[in-house]
Amino acid sequence: MSLAENFKKTFKIKNQINYIVIAVFLVVMAILSNGNMINRSTAGLLVRISYSIILAVSLNLVVGFLGELSLGHAGFMCVGAYIGCFCAEELNGIIDNRVLVLIIAMIIGGLSASVFGFIIGLPALRLKGDYLAIVTLAFGEIVRNVLKNLPMFGGAKGLATTHIQIPSKTLFIIGFITVLAVLFFIQNLIRSKHGRAITAIRDNEIAARAMGINVTFYKLFVFTVSAFFAGMAGVIYGHFTNPVMYSTFSYNYSIEILVMVVLGGMGSINGSIIAAALITYINFKLQSQLTGDLAALKLLIYAIILIVVVVFNNAPSLKPLKEKLSVKSLRKAILRRTKTDAIYDDDAAWNRIDTKIDMDEVVSTDIKPNDFSSPVEPEKGGKK
Amino acid sequence: MSDIMLKTENLGITFGGLKAVQNVNIEIRRNQLYGLVGPNGAGKTTVFNILTGVYQPTYGSFYLDGECLNGKSQETINHKGIARTFQNIRLFSNMSVIRNVMVGLSNQPEFRCSPFTSMFRLPRHFNTEVRMRERAKEILRIFGLEEERNNLACNLPYGKQRKLEIARALATNPKLLLLDEPAAGMNPNETADLMDIIRRIRDEYDLTILLIEHDMKFVSGLCDEITVLNFGTVLAQGDTKTALNDPEVIKAYIGG
Repeated sequence: MSLAENFKKTFKIKNQINYIVIAVFLVVMAILSNGNMINRSTAGLLVRISYSIILAVSLNLVVGFLGELSLGHAGFMCVGAYIGCFCAEELNGIIDNRVLVLIIAMIIGGLSASVFGFIIGLPALRLKGDYLAIVTLAFGEIVRNVLKNLPMFGGAKGLATTHIQIPSKTLFIIGFITVLAVLFFIQNLIRSKHGRAITAIRDNEIAARAMGINVTFYKLFVFTVSAFFAGMAGVIYGHFTNPVMYSTFSYNYSIEILVMVVLGGMGSINGSIIAAALITYINFKLQSQLTGDLAALKLLIYAIILIVVVVFNNAPSLKPLKEKLSVKSLRKAILRRTKTDAIYDDDAAWNRIDTKIDMDEVVSTDIKPNDFSSPVEPEKGGKK
Repeated sequence: MSDIMLKTENLGITFGGLKAVQNVNIEIRRNQLYGLVGPNGAGKTTVFNILTGVYQPTYGSFYLDGECLNGKSQETINHKGIARTFQNIRLFSNMSVIRNVMVGLSNQPEFRCSPFTSMFRLPRHFNTEVRMRERAKEILRIFGLEEERNNLACNLPYGKQRKLEIARALATNPKLLLLDEPAAGMNPNETADLMDIIRRIRDEYDLTILLIEHDMKFVSGLCDEITVLNFGTVLAQGDTKTALNDPEVIKAYIGG
């Protein structure tokens, strides 16, 4: 079989829709920014959204696909931001092109974060659930406090990144191109035999081992890859904010990334993207709109919004309402108008019941109740 | 190439002071269907767990095709050619049927493809994916699950989930297949069907099969030799009919 045929068999346009949406969004925003149609604060918001998406998608790899709870994602971002931006400052005099410096810094920051990801992956082999969460939480705190106390990174004043600042209007374009690259790598990983192995470990680790899957390798690999991308997000952050403060990467921020993942749905890349953009947007708007006395309400309103969204997503009593509003049902409603209902064939349904059963051997439990009841349901048809 | 596929020598394991399994000597010939029976708690599943590397034997050793596999990890043992199913079904329930089988396929040398090859979508990736899908379909066809390949595994009826577990184990290309109560919870029709399938895969894939089962009709219909375990020790061994009619075995089963 030729490569083109193989490619056609595995390539589905439905799976690539998120690239297209983000690329179109990026192009529109780039054109607007070129024509001075968006102001500086909006460009800043776009930068924040871009690195939030990278963080959420990479954390989803660990939490949603591997099924390990990690509360130290901001720690990886911290390593990336400090080491990447430190190198960028050093490179600043040597290479003139700031974008090139940013790209090199992203790779350095990503690699150094992935070293820590590997180190955190080691206890992940022995620990499960809550215990691993506590280890990762501690890791995040240790990392940022160690970096705070190193004089070469500016100590308590934070790492000054004055020379490598890139204007938001350019940075968000680079940020979203990075988002596309990260999506490309992570989605490709998930939609391959390795992605299946990772989800198999999540679903049933014992069975995955028995199927010959190298659990040790995959756990370390996922932690390393996830940390790499978090480190890259940290470098983008460092080129946007001056100085890089250790206090930003507190465990509150790790939780915020986790909220994005949970809100978007564990194991849903598109969900993570939407949730990351939404939460960053809400945060930004609350920060800029609520001034004076109302600023005290910021956290309260943020929390209420989160509660409403989570309840709406998960409460069983709201399910009918949710289904009514979903895209699928709307499409169905439109289609139904044009199609008459198929007449239900009762005889065919009865034929589906297995008649080969040897009656001598039949115990009453052999025919389950749904063998009889399901054909009567007109929507679903026979027994699955 | 010896004629003996699996050989255990004085295999035993203790948990604290409890001797769960002791002095189990089993010899299974190539291409044989071998049964492991015994009352509840006799240590049958423990023997399976030792043979697949979940537990390390306290003493004794076991050989697959002449190679000692003591102390090897579960992954290595699977690569060497022992695959198993579980008593309580352990499917990857949030994955589709075909993906469950493809997970089983992923450790085989012919489908080797590094994570970076997949991440960069190099030609090898597409090639491997397509070949894996074809092979998975072939295996599902044997079990009559091809039609349901895109359903989630957790939505299958119980009997089909059992079959899918066997299909997944078969996908790892084993020499020796361990089936832990494959017919549990199946109706007589499904059991008869399963017996056919087990014979067929034994012949088509040149397998040796060791199975645990409580349904004596199933065991005597399939296996030519069995080992009866009780309280972790071998009670009787050999030809199925003779072993099952052994007065000791009858005593262990119905008391007295």
